[in-house]
Amino acid sequence: MREITYRDALREALIEEMQRDKTVFLLGEDIGLYWEGAFKVTKELAKRFGVERVRDTPISESAIVGAAVGAAITGMRPVAEIMFGDLVTLAMDQIVNQAAKIHYMFGGQANVPLVIRTPFGGGVNIAAHHSQSLEAWFMHTPGLYVATPSTPYDAKGLLKTAIRNDNPVVFCEHKLLYPIKGLIPEEEFTIPFGSADIKREGADVTIVATMFMVHEALKAAETLEKDNLSVEVVDPRTLIPLDKEAIVSSVKKTGHLIVVTEDCKTAGVGAEIAAIVAEEAIDYLDAPIRRVAEPDTPIPFSPTLEKFVIPNEESIIKAVKEIV
Amino acid sequence: MDTEKVAEMYRKMLEIRLFEEKVFELYGQNLVPGTIHLYAGEEAVAVGVCSNLRKDDYIVSTHRGHGHCIAKGANLDKTMAEILGRRTGYCGGKGGSMHIADFSIGVLGATAVVGAGIPIATGAGLSIKLRGTDQVAVCFFGDGASNQGTFHEGINLAAIWKLPVIFVCENNLYAMGTRQTQVMLTKNVAERACAYGIPGVTIDGNDVLAVFQATKEAVLRARRGEGPTLVECKTYRHKGHSRFDPATYRPKEEVEEWLSKDPITRLKRQLLQEGTISNAVLAEMEKEVTESVEAAAQFAKKSSFPLPGTALEGVYV
Ligand SMILES: Cc1ncc(C[n+]2csc(CCOP(=O)(O)OP(=O)(O)O)c2C)c(N)n1
Ligand SMILES: [Mg+2]
Repeated sequence: MREITYRDALREALIEEMQRDKTVFLLGEDIGLYWEGAFKVTKELAKRFGVERVRDTPISESAIVGAAVGAAITGMRPVAEIMFGDLVTLAMDQIVNQAAKIHYMFGGQANVPLVIRTPFGGGVNIAAHHSQSLEAWFMHTPGLYVATPSTPYDAKGLLKTAIRNDNPVVFCEHKLLYPIKGLIPEEEFTIPFGSADIKREGADVTIVATMFMVHEALKAAETLEKDNLSVEVVDPRTLIPLDKEAIVSSVKKTGHLIVVTEDCKTAGVGAEIAAIVAEEAIDYLDAPIRRVAEPDTPIPFSPTLEKFVIPNEESIIKAVKEIV
Repeated sequence: MDTEKVAEMYRKMLEIRLFEEKVFELYGQNLVPGTIHLYAGEEAVAVGVCSNLRKDDYIVSTHRGHGHCIAKGANLDKTMAEILGRRTGYCGGKGGSMHIADFSIGVLGATAVVGAGIPIATGAGLSIKLRGTDQVAVCFFGDGASNQGTFHEGINLAAIWKLPVIFVCENNLYAMGTRQTQVMLTKNVAERACAYGIPGVTIDGNDVLAVFQATKEAVLRARRGEGPTLVECKTYRHKGHSRFDPATYRPKEEVEEWLSKDPITRLKRQLLQEGTISNAVLAEMEKEVTESVEAAAQFAKKSSFPLPGTALEGVYV
C-alpha cells in the first residue's frame, strides 16, 4: 500500500486508463498545458499524452458535454471535466436529454461511454455559483450512473470503472477532498459500481454519508464513541446504482438511521435513502430517520453563514443524540 | 472634451485601482474569504463605458466585477464590506467578491457563471423597451465568455428586437490560462457582430477616452431605439486570474508591454503634457481617493459578520 491524495488518485486512474485504451481522451476548460486543471487533477497529462488527447476547450460547457456525447456514440471514450459542479447546469440538456437517453430511446443501438467529472461542495467561501451539491438531480435521471467517491482509494477505483463502463457516468468529486490522503494498493484495482463500503463498523446507529460528509460522519462517530455509542458509517460510493442491500442490512442491525449529505434537504439524496429504508426496513427502526443536509438555501458567501448551512460533525452528533 | 469630465474619469480609474490594491492587501492579511479576481489594469473599460451612463441605466457585471460597480457609482464602504463578508455589505455577506449588486444605481448584479449575464442584459433591454423609457443596459463580459452559447443567443435576441443594449467585451486576451487565440479563430470578438447584423467595434481598452467615445455612439444608438452594439475593448489584467494564479502562461515581454500601456499612467501623462491638469490637482485627488479607500477598509473591518441564522432568510420574498 502507499499513501496518495485524492487528486493524485484520480490522476492515476486517468493515466492508467489512457494507457490501457487509446480511445480514452480528456476534454475540458483549462485542463491542458497551461493550467493543468482548476484543481490540478490533469497535472502534466497534456505533456504526457499530447494535446490531441488532453484537450483544452473554450468556455462552452454545453459543447464540451455535447461533443463528448457525439464522440462517445462513435467509438471514443471521452472524459469531460466541468470545472465546477454548479456549471453542469449549462450542459443539462446534453446530459439529461441526450447522454442519458440515447441508449434507451434509440432501442439500444448505441452506447454512451462518457464520464463527466466535476467537483461539488462548499466550504471554501466561493458563494452560490461555485459551491452547490447537485448529485440528486442526476439520480433523478434514468440512464445515468452517479459516482461519489470519498477517499483516494474509492476515487481511483471508481474512476477506472466509470471510464470502462458503457453508460454515461456523472462522476462527482469534492473540492475539499482533493488534498486528503489515503492508502491505495500498489497493484491495479477497480471498484464495482453499486457496492457500498462500510467505512466504520458499529452497532447502535447507522450513518449513511457521502463524499466530504463521510469524513465528518467518521469524526462524529469517533466523538460519540466516548459516550459509549457505537456508530456504523456506510458510504454508498455510487448513488446510481445504489447498494440498498448494504444500507438496509446495516439499519436492520442498528435500528437507527441518519443520512448525511451536503445537498439541499428537500428531494435530496437523503430523501431517497430514507424512503428506501422506510419501504424495506421500517419495522426494524427504533426511532425516526433523521436527514442532516443543507437547509434548502443557496450557499451563502460569508464564512459565518456558510458554516451554518453545511452539515458538520456537530450537526451530525446533534441529530444522532436526538434519536438514540 | 470637457476637462472636468476627463478629470472625473481619472479619479474613478484611480479609485478602482487603489480599491483593488487594498483588496489585495486585505486578502494578504486573511481578511478576504474565498477568492478574488482583480480588475487592476482594465479600469479604462468600466470607467469609459459608465461615464456615458445615467444613474437609471443598467449594467450587468461579472466575477471580475469590482471595477464595473465602482464605475457605476457603487459605494466603496458597502462594496468592501461585502468582499470581507460583513453584514454591512451590499448583500449582507451573502454574495461576496463575485456577487456585488446595487439595484438602486442600476447595478443588476455580478454573476460568476461566465456568460450568464449576456441574456440578462438583453432582458433588461427588453424591459426598457416594453416600459417605453430611454434607459440603456450594458453587459460586461470577457473574451472567454464570448464562446458561451449565451453570447450567441443573447446578442441575437437583442439584435432582432432592436433592444437598447451595449455588449462590452473586455478582451484581456486570456480566460484563466487559455489564450484567446487558442479558442477563437477570428482575431477580434467584435467581428462576430456581423453575424447578428449589428455594429461591432474593436477599440483600445486601455484608452479611456477611446472607450468613452466608442460607447457614447453605442449608447446614443441604443437610446434612439436602433438596437444593440458589440464593443470590444482590448485590455489586460495586471495580475493573475485569481489571487493564487502566478500567471506564468503569459510571456514576460507581453506583460511588460501591457504594463507600459497602463490606462491610468497613460491618461495622467497625457493630461500633464496637455497642461489640462496640474500635478498639484492630481496629487490632491490621489490623496482624497486614498483616504476614501482606506475609510472603506476601516468600515469593512469594523463591521460585524452576519448572524449565522440569517443564512436561512431571504430564499423567498
Ligand atoms: C460557465 C462557467 N464556466 C467556467 C467558469 C470558471 N471560470 C471562472 S472565470 C473563467 C475565465 C473567464 O474568462 P473571461 O470571460 O475572459 O473573463 P476574465 O476572467 O478574463 O475577466 C472561468 C473559466 C465559470 N465561472 N463559469
Ligand atoms: Mg478574459
